[in-house]
Amino acid sequence: MRAGLRYGVLIAVGVLMLYPLLWMVGGSFKPNHEIFDSIGFIPHEPTLEGFAKGWHTSTEYTFARYLLNTFAIILPKVVVTVVSSVLVAFGFARFNVPGKRALFGLLIATILLPKSVLLVPQYLMFREMGWLDTFLPLYVPSAFATEGFFVFMIIQFMRSFPREMEEAAVMDGCNSLQVLWHVVVPVIMPAIISVALFQFMWSMNDFLSPLIYLSSVEKYPVALALKLSIDVTEATSWNQILAMSTIALLPSLALFFAAQKYFVEGITVGAVKG
Amino acid sequence: MIYGSRMSGLLYLSPYLLGLAVFTLFPFVASLLLSFSDYRLQDPVSAAQIIGFENYQAMLHDRTFGKSLLVTLVYVFLTVPLKLAFALFIAFVLNFRLRGIGAFRTAYYLPSILGGSVAIAVVWRYVFAGDGLLNQAFVLMGAAPINWLGEPAYAMGSIVLLRLWQFGSAMVIFLAGLQGIPTDLYEAARLDGASAWQVFRRITLPLLTPVIFFNFIMQVIQAFQEFNGPYVITGGGPLKSTYLLPLMIYEEAFKYFEVGYASALSWALFVLVALFTALAFRSSKYWVFYAQERGEGDKS
Repeated sequence: MRAGLRYGVLIAVGVLMLYPLLWMVGGSFKPNHEIFDSIGFIPHEPTLEGFAKGWHTSTEYTFARYLLNTFAIILPKVVVTVVSSVLVAFGFARFNVPGKRALFGLLIATILLPKSVLLVPQYLMFREMGWLDTFLPLYVPSAFATEGFFVFMIIQFMRSFPREMEEAAVMDGCNSLQVLWHVVVPVIMPAIISVALFQFMWSMNDFLSPLIYLSSVEKYPVALALKLSIDVTEATSWNQILAMSTIALLPSLALFFAAQKYFVEGITVGAVKG
Repeated sequence: MIYGSRMSGLLYLSPYLLGLAVFTLFPFVASLLLSFSDYRLQDPVSAAQIIGFENYQAMLHDRTFGKSLLVTLVYVFLTVPLKLAFALFIAFVLNFRLRGIGAFRTAYYLPSILGGSVAIAVVWRYVFAGDGLLNQAFVLMGAAPINWLGEPAYAMGSIVLLRLWQFGSAMVIFLAGLQGIPTDLYEAARLDGASAWQVFRRITLPLLTPVIFFNFIMQVIQAFQEFNGPYVITGGGPLKSTYLLPLMIYEEAFKYFEVGYASALSWALFVLVALFTALAFRSSKYWVFYAQERGEGDKS
């Protein structure tokens, strides 16, 4: 009985959680009038019209353009985030640097700092550098380990491992960079994957930064293109918008299902081991 | 420390030090200076004039700011406790040897992975639209449709629900915390004749306080920074009822070009968040229970 009650709660909550997503996917295969006629998510007259028209968008570019732009921003961002976070975390976890405690405190403080405070001066700075309407402001800061959460995540992970292997490698004459590459990186691979996945996901979701830095439509990532399309086609063509929303979520969905355990490990390492 | 030189340590930290200086500390200080200035976005930076506390004085008389501050606090006070309570409840239900736990955890976690995206905000806008999913369901059940995005209280409700929908990440963290509690503690308590409620109140909850604290801080910070929901779903309206501070800061700076005023607003937000986190850290020694002191080693 108790187990029955638990399952009842879990299933009810699960349906509520997933229904908006199912409705989105279903709606993208429905003709428009059907979206307004039934709350079911299974299309009665399935059609690809939403995808076909939505893909063409109301602009001179197809949705492919916006997907490519998104990846042109996100891929370099993920790479520089991982590299810089691993190097800095290694410095924090394994070296005796003067003022390390204060620096670590600052690292935590930047995690807690609301990004709105930095928004305008960063914008002015990139304007002075002539970087507006380029992808540079969107990923260059990440090359300097500016997202403290990721550094913190890797530090926590490194701390939970014994150092005997590293000591042995040093005895064998490796320098610290060689040890990092050959010994530490393989061991902390799960944390590295978590960082890459979270950065991918959060950058996919990021909307405010492209909104302020990019002005020409040809450079828009998916997030801006979607906002543009609801402003233009909203009143009538829900199936197009739902179809493009579905496509926009596909990369994140695929990664989530392929690598769920890293998402779980990634967010729990800071909270539970910390 | 096994790696001798301090210099190489500094070398590893150098990207961080550079980034901290250029992309965090400098903008942080610049933002404070700008908040004391009269500066419009389209002018060259050299045109900025220091005008003292005028922006802050203007804030005190600005009814839009008053409203924005109020709705931001309402939003935070609604979303954070509700989300944490719900996440803890579900984690507690999940933390038993049931079949299919993994599937449920996946289903609940998924919305927090996708929830911050514009695509979801767009879907949300349609779910709550006049002829959207929710009203269709209401009509089917014989209830009157509600003007979700047109009525201030309901509009707030719709963006609050969007955040609650993303309870999964907090839940996953709670679940990991619950699974870290040694089972022999439960067994000992049960042998002593403790009721299920007593076990929860006396063992589970105290041992979980560090995780509750972590989740609380993270949720407060995220809630104070919510932008996509109000921007895409409600546009801050109706009647500024969902005009959260980050949205107001964005509009002051990039729509009205009032950089000085926007900077003063962003400092108000910063002070607010700092106050909340400071209070939380201060109070933590009275309610957060650390079973063992900090991890071994790592003394720097």
